Amino acid sequence: MSGILIYGEHREGRLKRVSYELLSRGREIAQQLGEKVKAVILGNQLEEVAQEASSYVDEVYLFEDPILENYNSEIYLQILEKLVKREEPSLIMAGATLQARELFPLLGGILECSVIVECVDIKIGDGKLSYVKPFYGGKILGEVIPKRYPHIVLVRPRVFQVKEKPAGQGLIRKEEVQIDMSKVEIKTLDVFKVKEKITDITEADVVVCGGRGLKAPENFNLLMELAEVLGGVVGATRAVVDAGWRPQSEQVGKSGKTVSPNLYFAIGLSGAIHHVMGMDSSKVVVAINKDPTAPIFEYADYGLVADLFEIVPILIEELKKERG
Amino acid sequence: MDILVCIKRVPDSEAQVEVKEGNVLKIEEKYTINFFDNLAVEEAIRIKEKVGGKVTVFTFGSSSSIEVLRTALAMGADEAILIEDENVPYKDEFVTAKVLSRAIKDIPYDLILCGREAFDTSSGLVGPFLGKMLGIPVITMVTKVEVKPDERQLEVEREIEEGRELLRVNLPVLLTTQKGLNEPRVPTVMGLLKAMKAQIKRIKVEDLGIKPDSIGEETKVEISKLWEEKKKRRIRWIKGTPEEMVKELIELLKSEARVL
Repeated sequence: MSGILIYGEHREGRLKRVSYELLSRGREIAQQLGEKVKAVILGNQLEEVAQEASSYVDEVYLFEDPILENYNSEIYLQILEKLVKREEPSLIMAGATLQARELFPLLGGILECSVIVECVDIKIGDGKLSYVKPFYGGKILGEVIPKRYPHIVLVRPRVFQVKEKPAGQGLIRKEEVQIDMSKVEIKTLDVFKVKEKITDITEADVVVCGGRGLKAPENFNLLMELAEVLGGVVGATRAVVDAGWRPQSEQVGKSGKTVSPNLYFAIGLSGAIHHVMGMDSSKVVVAINKDPTAPIFEYADYGLVADLFEIVPILIEELKKERG
Repeated sequence: MDILVCIKRVPDSEAQVEVKEGNVLKIEEKYTINFFDNLAVEEAIRIKEKVGGKVTVFTFGSSSSIEVLRTALAMGADEAILIEDENVPYKDEFVTAKVLSRAIKDIPYDLILCGREAFDTSSGLVGPFLGKMLGIPVITMVTKVEVKPDERQLEVEREIEEGRELLRVNLPVLLTTQKGLNEPRVPTVMGLLKAMKAQIKRIKVEDLGIKPDSIGEETKVEISKLWEEKKKRRIRWIKGTPEEMVKELIELLKSEARVL
């Protein structure tokens, strides 16, 4: 067994940011270990996605077929199982996304191998790989030693940096798509998309998160405006999601998503521990709250004890001026 | 419908967790049923209330785990089974799934429910592993379950990045539960009294044909080191009028933090 296989997850005809992160880091690890790095892409009409990925790797396995247009775990698994058994990679990397967190534990169950979820660091010592992942909602970190190849590692988005696209170009192998439909028991009836365009909060550079201090759902317009000037997205606390002010997909925290943006605004939220678990790996944190004793200030780099309804409009204005 | 629910007792998210010498964890005595497993218990009971059947809850853990089994019984589960892990030297998600699959093998079931992930390991592996071991379909991150009238099929909604998708699947199936599926009930006093008196079935791994020593060797991962995530921030307070605060903040984000 040798080589690294990277799952090139994509959306709307483009590789996801986390795929670029893994292609960048996977390439480095392959160079260090003197092994080959490959990517696998599943979907329909993905020539450009495959081209893009091929710059980072030696080979791209491209599975294109209308049946792969929408994700179906059983159909995707049939392809991945066959490919992995044929190519025998020692390391398989994917982003810790909703899709991969279903697909790859299932693949690991079939292969009975080591699966590490929410990996935040990959260590190479003596040519051996180990993986760091959080436990207890991130209070504890642990180094995990895999015992059985292939290692399936689901890496948290924004842990690794996207490196500049290398000059070369790997081979694109168009693979035959063969599915045994008699073994597919899960049928997709419908897909409900929330909006035309939706940004995954785990991939955003800037997250502007609001809590109950916003007082009413319509006041989130203010945060949306701030997010827009900053080129970011809006996040929400459990309280406001439970109240139905914001969709579940925006929830930051233990029962929502973990985000690690460059810049995190915590606005009108107290900073309950289950919330902090979802944002503490952000690079820079700004907290705005009227209550100086709010726990969120313990997890912030910059603290403003102030009324958000006074601060945020001025902040939007000033940033707009800055950006011309 | 026969419904099996796999649950776990985990530290509360507020509990202090420290790493002592020799990678030993010191966990404050604040335990609870895992958040997502509670959703699974609730959903199982709701389905039973609608179409009839039996809800059996399982856990693989120490004797202390009986408390979460009693919680599930108090909510309305019919039977609770503790698979004792006292003699098992080391377990990971694979071993847990293997033990559960052995315990489930001879029990009739139509539906298995597991939480999306456990708070302590935050991996979400046991459900998918278990489904594969039993050879049944698995759907993760489920936010809605509807039993079709013939009771042989489910329609299930799950969360995806773009929103949600609606799936149809034949039974038996394993589902993992995501937030939004339901609001778990609080047990009634009557329920609690009944649960206190209920008999909890105890199974040893040996009873499942597993040698406790050899099962430890089947683990797929080992943890070599644990450490506490140190808080790395020191706050800088920004003061003044709202206008002054905003000006200073933007300046600091540009020159000091370099994120603008």
